Amino acid sequence: MVSQAKSHHKLIVLLVIGSVGMFGFGFALVPLYNVLCDKLGINGKTQNTASSYQAMTIDTDRTVTVEFIAQVQTGMPWAFAPKLKRLKVHPGELIRTAFLASNHADRRIVGQAVPSVSPGQGAAYFHKTECFCFNQQPLAAKADAELPLIFYVDPDLPESIHTLTLSYTLYDITDKQASDALEQGAAK
Amino acid sequence: MNTLTRELNSVAEPADQTQLHEEDHHHHQAPKGIWRWLLTTNHKDIGTLYLWFSFIMFLTGGTMAMVIRAELFQPGLQLVEPNFFNQMTTVHGLVMVFGAVMPAFTGLANWLIPMMIGAPDMALPRMNNWSFWILPFAFTILLSSLFMEGGGPNFGWTFYAPLSTSFSPDSTALFVFSIHIMGISSIMGAINVIVTIVNLRAPGMNWMKLPLFVWTWLITAFLLIAVMPVLAGAVTMVLTDKYFGTSFFEAAGGGDPVMFQHIFWFFGHPEVYIMILPSFGIISAIVPTFSRKKLFGYSSMVYATASIAILSFLVWAHHMFTTGMPVFAELFFMYCTMLIAVPTGVKIFNWVTTMWRGSISFETPMLFAVAFIILFTIGGFSGLMLAITPADFQYHDTYFVVAHFHYVLVTGAIFSIMAAAYYWLPKWTGHMYDERLGRIHFWCSVISVNVLFFPMHFLGLAGMPRRIPDYAIQFADVNQIVSIGGFAFGLSQLIFLAVVLKCIRGGEKAPAKPWEGADGLEWTLPSPAPYHSFSTPPEIK
Repeated sequence: MVSQAKSHHKLIVLLVIGSVGMFGFGFALVPLYNVLCDKLGINGKTQNTASSYQAMTIDTDRTVTVEFIAQVQTGMPWAFAPKLKRLKVHPGELIRTAFLASNHADRRIVGQAVPSVSPGQGAAYFHKTECFCFNQQPLAAKADAELPLIFYVDPDLPESIHTLTLSYTLYDITDKQASDALEQGAAK
Repeated sequence: MNTLTRELNSVAEPADQTQLHEEDHHHHQAPKGIWRWLLTTNHKDIGTLYLWFSFIMFLTGGTMAMVIRAELFQPGLQLVEPNFFNQMTTVHGLVMVFGAVMPAFTGLANWLIPMMIGAPDMALPRMNNWSFWILPFAFTILLSSLFMEGGGPNFGWTFYAPLSTSFSPDSTALFVFSIHIMGISSIMGAINVIVTIVNLRAPGMNWMKLPLFVWTWLITAFLLIAVMPVLAGAVTMVLTDKYFGTSFFEAAGGGDPVMFQHIFWFFGHPEVYIMILPSFGIISAIVPTFSRKKLFGYSSMVYATASIAILSFLVWAHHMFTTGMPVFAELFFMYCTMLIAVPTGVKIFNWVTTMWRGSISFETPMLFAVAFIILFTIGGFSGLMLAITPADFQYHDTYFVVAHFHYVLVTGAIFSIMAAAYYWLPKWTGHMYDERLGRIHFWCSVISVNVLFFPMHFLGLAGMPRRIPDYAIQFADVNQIVSIGGFAFGLSQLIFLAVVLKCIRGGEKAPAKPWEGADGLEWTLPSPAPYHSFSTPPEIK
């Protein structure tokens, strides 16, 4: 009986470690997912930092359609739209365009745009040298702004892709920013 | 020493067992009344508790299904608010998955595994008590949220973010805690099953002699330990996203709502096998008994079960074909999913081959088992249709999906549980159930369940989306047929309740082995099985 209790004990410990390990694995899926998506370029996430542009040969034989979509988080009192909905560009060409944002509310609101490229495989070939999505965008009450975007399409873009759709969703992060500032203040 | 001689006596003279068991009671000063059930560590008591709990949840979830079908009887909004309708679909799913099917299997495991492997009880009896008794609290929490201001969970049982985070009712924390408790209960149950099977097999009961119900439950238990913690992680992330400002799934904070679906289905797909593997074990016990033949291909059954379990970890994204995955990923998940049809096919063919040229009789357990084989196969085929990526774009989120998973869960899992209940009721109660009433229950169920779920395939193909309280007028006729089938199926289950109650209260005395073709250690015990069985392990030849 004693030896049986012992072997129970060993097995139970192993199984409990297994369960706790799988609980940890659930959370490990988060960085794993981000790393995999980043390395394989599969979920349409673009880089969060500006790319540099060196003079390169512009592939004038090829034309790629770039479409822009803008959305605002439900309930956020902003208007947000691309200046041009559709552009035809040659890979390697540096393009400047802009989005228009206006704050309809009577208070200052900080927005954060989150970009996504479709098809996902195209994201790695869409380079932004300047983008309003790299920073938070504060807008005073009833103010308007033109948010600039400068980008080029990589000449290595796979032949199968003819259209790239860049979608921005704008989120209200005023509260988050305020609480962050409070926390930083408290830390000081 | 005294007890030992007594146990030896009891092995020699099983007829005296009832009397001895009463003596045992006095000996241990067993508590009476409610305390017996609250404090019990006996695997048979706990099995009974699990089975009754599961049946109560089955009726609770069924009542919600009746609300859903009543609302969908006609187009337009008649009975309930859309928000309440969504709560009904959500809680119906949660209650049926975590309250009805899973506890029923755990109850069967408690009753049967020790008797099948010749063990005196489960290995960890006190934990066994805990793993049952936290369940009623979990479901009280979940169901009470329906009556709170703002309502209960309304985001679907899959609780996709941001529906469960940014747009969920205030009661979401209660949903999260109830899932945590259900998860802990399942994990404790799974640990108990594994320790029991690994350590407490009777001498000579080697791995390839284990009854298939024991094998399938062993594999299920490993699946539970692998994925229930991941579900716990997912609900924890939902909790912190909603209440504590994290951004696991919120794009504004750098998270990703699609990641929720990956984490959820990493749990969710193995979960569907958790709900079907023990069924395979039950059917593998019943079909040979009533065909009066040995099970065809025992070892291939074991390997097929293990292959299904392993493959179940490689197919989760087939629930997400329309999220915009790269083509190579869609193809990978499509082929892996179709591959599961191979071991599943092995099982179906083994059962059919077992019946082939057998001397078959159709008592109620066999009727349910045969219906399982046919109807589960239909559910498997619609699953294959859904696995085809390009076709899935049409079927996704339609009633075709609803038809598919109800065929595998109702005519699959639930039918196998019914079959098991009829098959082992004589062993549990010591009485034969009313065969005529059992057959009436079967025929009412099998006809109404097909009236209920088969037309849903056509609704789905015609484009009716799932989880909607109102629908376009052209779906009205078929929805009425479906609703009538639903009400009939719901009422039919009351016959089952009547059969079980009647069987507990009395009936023809059941012999130790009421089925002449049955094989297994549980049939060597007298009926009803004594409170303490196999205190001395039996010898397996």
